[in-house]
Amino acid sequence: MKAGSNLEKVLSAGHFALTSELGPPKGNDIGVIRKKVDFLRGNVDAVNVTDNQTAIVRMSSIAACSFVIQMGMEPVMQMVCRDRNRIAMQSDIFGASALGIHNIVCLTGDHHMFGNQVNAKNVHDLDSVQLIDMVRNMRDNHTLLGGEDKIEGDINMFIGGAANPFADPFEFRALRAAKKAAAGMDFIQTQCIYDMNRFREWMRMMRDLGVHEKVHILAGITPMKSAGMARYMAKNVSGIIIPDALIDRMAKAQKGADEGIKICVEQIQELREIEGVHGIHLMAIEWEHMVGRIAEEAGLLPRPQVA
Amino acid sequence: MIKAEQKPVDELISYLEPYNKILLSGCGACVTVCHSGGEKEVALLASCLKMARNNRGKNLEIIEMTPARQCEPEFALELAEIITGVDAVLSLSCGVGVQTLARNFNTTVIIPGVNTVFMGETIAHGIWEERCQACGNCILEKTGGVCPIARCAKQLLNGPCGGSSQGKCEIKRETDCAWQLIYDRLKSLGQLAKLSEMIPAKNWGTESRDKGPRKIIREDLTI
Repeated sequence: MKAGSNLEKVLSAGHFALTSELGPPKGNDIGVIRKKVDFLRGNVDAVNVTDNQTAIVRMSSIAACSFVIQMGMEPVMQMVCRDRNRIAMQSDIFGASALGIHNIVCLTGDHHMFGNQVNAKNVHDLDSVQLIDMVRNMRDNHTLLGGEDKIEGDINMFIGGAANPFADPFEFRALRAAKKAAAGMDFIQTQCIYDMNRFREWMRMMRDLGVHEKVHILAGITPMKSAGMARYMAKNVSGIIIPDALIDRMAKAQKGADEGIKICVEQIQELREIEGVHGIHLMAIEWEHMVGRIAEEAGLLPRPQVA
Repeated sequence: MIKAEQKPVDELISYLEPYNKILLSGCGACVTVCHSGGEKEVALLASCLKMARNNRGKNLEIIEMTPARQCEPEFALELAEIITGVDAVLSLSCGVGVQTLARNFNTTVIIPGVNTVFMGETIAHGIWEERCQACGNCILEKTGGVCPIARCAKQLLNGPCGGSSQGKCEIKRETDCAWQLIYDRLKSLGQLAKLSEMIPAKNWGTESRDKGPRKIIREDLTI
């Protein structure tokens, strides 16, 4: 065991993992966290707590993770390179580890022009590959970046990263994941998958590079709430591809939400059959109350208990 | 070269409010090339400022000069005599030239007339684009001659983020993704293997915020 988190145990024992996502409040109202945790507890193995996603100011991931632990769930702390330099990141990782956070997902971070602080100065002192390398080094060698100073204590972090098979240049996407794996990534959560053919092709490339044997790949999915949402995402969100057939299916459905969930469940079954896919990362954005239903219908409940 | 853009006339007029006689100094180097502060722009702006001031019922006397390179003290000092006779200097050189005047004429107000924007190249007539941020530690050998520090909105050193789509950056549809350019270039050079090597955390310590203004001292050239 590298970190001993529940997520690591579930994956190491060969179970098909399920993670989800929780956006902290746009303020200090921890009732928002409690409500989401109540929907998710017991239905997933761990929950990603986002770090000012889409550059909208929210409660810090580290603080929200700490509340998630108090509320009886295991968090995965997301950390983006946009807002902190290497001093702040290492300091926050010390603090997170001491607070009992044992999963981290190292991300570049959405560009700040999409958020509510467009005049900010972004940081990007490290990129996500360098961040993964730094955390691995803190955990395995007990040293800070570029330094010989020994860290006091153990930084037990199960290290995750992201991959987007739907961004370009496509041929580079598996290579980039391999680079992250070489830097020390233990698991991947992918961007939302709708284009199954392209995902299969990416997985083939991942297998050719042997990445699937080095890291656990969790396939990312987001249930569509309506045809309108599907169209909006297809048109406006860079790096997301939604095939027309899926949008048509949503448009023709009598109840869009039910159809979205049905599609999501079918996707889970399909993804489960792909060699190298070890779990699902279910990003039900502001739809946390549907996670239990989706997990149930996909046959992913009850979640395994690994000692 | 350094690229700059003229500040709006209203802004300049507000800075010039207390003064009746100014030197409008251009620069014969970079700002001449990018048409923001050469001899021609000095003449045009001088007319413009005089008219704007006349509209406010006040005269503005403007002496025009364009030294070859305002950032070189030997050229800047050519302005010395004129500067003693004016209330202020409006400089159309880049921020470097403004500071050269400020350092050499310590009792004269020096007002910047342009915004210095970036170091870049000419893409087409009238179009310039940023290419270098003078990070002091060039990595172009690793990236096929395309700089991700100047050209990637996140300054990523190990490949494109998830927002690269069909060759374009998510922040602006007309902006090329720097990493797509790097990928294409390394592919055509037969150097794709370079993309698998991790570029380690960069030493940003070459920037002024880290060690104060950077300085080059060439012992062989100093007197």
